[in-house]
Amino acid sequence: MKDWLDERLSISALGDIARKKEVPLHRHSIWYYFGGMTLFLFVVQVVTGILLLLYYRPSAENAFESVQFIVTEVKFGWLIRSIHSWSANLMIATLFIHLFSVFFLRAYYRPREMTWVSGVVLLFIVICFGFSGYLLPWNKLAFFATKVGTEIAGVIPIVGHTVLRFLRGGDDVTGATLTRFFGFHVAVLPAAATVFLAVHVLLVQLHGMSVPPSVKAENLRKMKFIPNFLLRDLIGWILAIGVLAALAALFPWELGEKADPFAPAPAGIKPEWYFLFMFQTLKYLPAKILGMDGEVLGIMAFNVVALLLFIVPFVDRGPENRRRTLIFNVIGAVALLYIVVMTIVGYVTE
Amino acid sequence: MSKMLQDSTAQNIGPSDLEPSRRRFLDYLLGTSVVATLGAIVYPIIRFMSPPPVIESTENSVVAAKLNEVPVNSGKIFKFGSKPGILVRTESGELKAFSAVCTHLDCIVQFQAETKHIWCACHNGHYNLNGKNIGGPPPRPLEEFKVNTRGDEIVVSKA
Repeated sequence: MKDWLDERLSISALGDIARKKEVPLHRHSIWYYFGGMTLFLFVVQVVTGILLLLYYRPSAENAFESVQFIVTEVKFGWLIRSIHSWSANLMIATLFIHLFSVFFLRAYYRPREMTWVSGVVLLFIVICFGFSGYLLPWNKLAFFATKVGTEIAGVIPIVGHTVLRFLRGGDDVTGATLTRFFGFHVAVLPAAATVFLAVHVLLVQLHGMSVPPSVKAENLRKMKFIPNFLLRDLIGWILAIGVLAALAALFPWELGEKADPFAPAPAGIKPEWYFLFMFQTLKYLPAKILGMDGEVLGIMAFNVVALLLFIVPFVDRGPENRRRTLIFNVIGAVALLYIVVMTIVGYVTE
Repeated sequence: MSKMLQDSTAQNIGPSDLEPSRRRFLDYLLGTSVVATLGAIVYPIIRFMSPPPVIESTENSVVAAKLNEVPVNSGKIFKFGSKPGILVRTESGELKAFSAVCTHLDCIVQFQAETKHIWCACHNGHYNLNGKNIGGPPPRPLEEFKVNTRGDEIVVSKA
């Protein structure tokens, strides 16, 4: 039986590759776990997302009520919905940790440039997942977050208005927007994520784990991926399930009030925490900077920074240039500090 | 082109001499039909994705509220076609109406009684009761509407 399958599917070849995989051991090894953790939380999203699809109805008339039905009537609906929301947030957190650790440990050096690029694409896909998923319960906060978010897309020069209409399915945020976002969230983005995830993970297998230049040494100790590292991964995943269940039970995700296109934005309205640093920055910008709309300038600046992420491995190409290494460390530290400080400021201020 | 001319003016035209230009012609045919086919597939998809324009309601005026619904120093959101408007009664009893769509990022504004401002909660934008942007990020004033009273009805119309 085994031979029959092996002849047709080359399972033993795959097994050989898996058995050969090793994880280097050094003082930064802890950071190797965050990619796998992000992947695990993504799987949680897929499973809980499919479950939510059994009851969710994507229209302005029904969406809010159907989520209400899920969390009040459906057995364990509150749990599944809360885990989906919490896991989404934890996934973005682990993704950011993964991004910054890969940045500071220089795991994007040759030949891993495309692994970094596919990772940045995945980052944007995940942000789109968050933004589109946020609207689906069709509550007040989501309605205004979507108004603002799509309006921001609208300020892009030349193509802005077309993009805005494409995203909203018209000139305003309506049921048409909800239907579109639903389509992105459950069809377009999952397809894109699957492709880039496959590329990303395959590239990691192809090149093996990156050893940071700062610990490059002869005779580095290594750990077998199977079973040693995988078992450690597994412990992390079981912990994550525990944390998710605890969060869902103790802090069930709020549903809020149903969206009303003719009600003012509620006081104290804020976006999701991972958009908070940008939101806070927009608040501080004056209406006009050098004759241009302040927010247009701010938004363009964030777009440029986001695009700069792609070219990081092509500018910082190796550890030989110590000055450049230092500059990139400073840039990374400043970016991290800015995000953390502005997020906290955004959280505590009214 | 010059290659084709050379081929046709050559003395001994054999099949092997004709081959490249015929090949190129067929490639050209094939290439353009592939591009045309792709175009015929992509164009409808792009047009399909861009939403058709909704006919704007030609409403030029609307009954926004009854007089007793808007006491002094308060505001009320009303429907003006598909867009929200805001009706404000100032301390002196004067009625004002504006578009309720914040000029910053499209949120819906509200009347703030403490400051006597029209206020947007999304990014803390302030307008005075003439609709002028006076604080926070809004780049332009709110669009102002004309207000008339007809009996106890407040009628708002586009200026």
